[in-house]
Amino acid sequence: MKIIFNGEEKSITGMTVFEYLQTLDMDPRPLAIELNREILPKNNYKTTMLREGDQLEVVWFVGGG
Amino acid sequence: MVEKKDKLIIAGREFTSRLMVGTGKYESFKQMVTAIEKSGAEIVTVAVRRVNISDRSKESLLDHIDLQKYTLLPNTAGCYTADDAIRTCRLAREAGLSDFVKLEVLGDDKTLFPNNEELLKAAQTLVREGFTVLPYTSDDPIVCRKLQDIGCAAVMPLGAPIGSGLGIRNPYNIRIILETVTVPVIVDAGVGTASDAAIAMELGCDGVLMNTAIAGAKDPVAMAEAMNMAVRAGRLAYLAGRIPKKLYATASSPLEGVIE
Repeated sequence: MKIIFNGEEKSITGMTVFEYLQTLDMDPRPLAIELNREILPKNNYKTTMLREGDQLEVVWFVGGG
Repeated sequence: MVEKKDKLIIAGREFTSRLMVGTGKYESFKQMVTAIEKSGAEIVTVAVRRVNISDRSKESLLDHIDLQKYTLLPNTAGCYTADDAIRTCRLAREAGLSDFVKLEVLGDDKTLFPNNEELLKAAQTLVREGFTVLPYTSDDPIVCRKLQDIGCAAVMPLGAPIGSGLGIRNPYNIRIILETVTVPVIVDAGVGTASDAAIAMELGCDGVLMNTAIAGAKDPVAMAEAMNMAVRAGRLAYLAGRIPKKLYATASSPLEGVIE
């Protein structure tokens, strides 16, 4: 199935948000995630299944003024 | 000593330092950490951006900032609408687990001046959602009053355009803002060198926020220390009360007993 990750289309198999982050080798701790424009609380990463057409925004802090 | 008891209070939280610094534009995390240390700042701004999955070697900024020591102030830099700024703040709260946000909604990318209409709209929603909102705004006393009325925890008028280093271009507006609002007034943007920061503080501002003036200096660590001293010197001079300006001289030495 296809999802949109940070504006780019990705093909993935069915999995949770947490599992998807693992495939990307990303530590979930410093991240914040929006799923279809709604905040996805950290506690829900392991229980939230990604679905066809889902839009993920995955952000963290970078240097800024 | 007058300075020791003098605290900056934002939304009930007490800070000793009146200098707030950014984390952008440094050569390395190491340089950033040393500069922040030397600045004496307790509040540091950060930006919220998409993670880059093609560059997995990239370290997290938070690996380098001691959250026991510093209060994060996530910004909404790069947002041009209230909606984008609100989304960014919600993400920032999720990532940083704090309600403090530096709200900026920009009008165009050439001046980076605020779009005050969108700013007020965003501030309204964010205050309702429980955020502690510190808005970057024009040096406009009316807009500042509206931001205070909405419930913002401080107002942060610009001294000059972001990154311009032009200093405090309209000290009279800043003075009117100081007389108009009761929330802390923090000059955000425009500082180029230490005297600019001192001028802001001598006017009676509650704090100064800067990034480029330090990170863009030839020696950012030395400039961070200079800004630390300038903000403290300016504040102390403000509290001490300057002499009135006069056109003609007044002798400092006794007029009597001059040899003839």
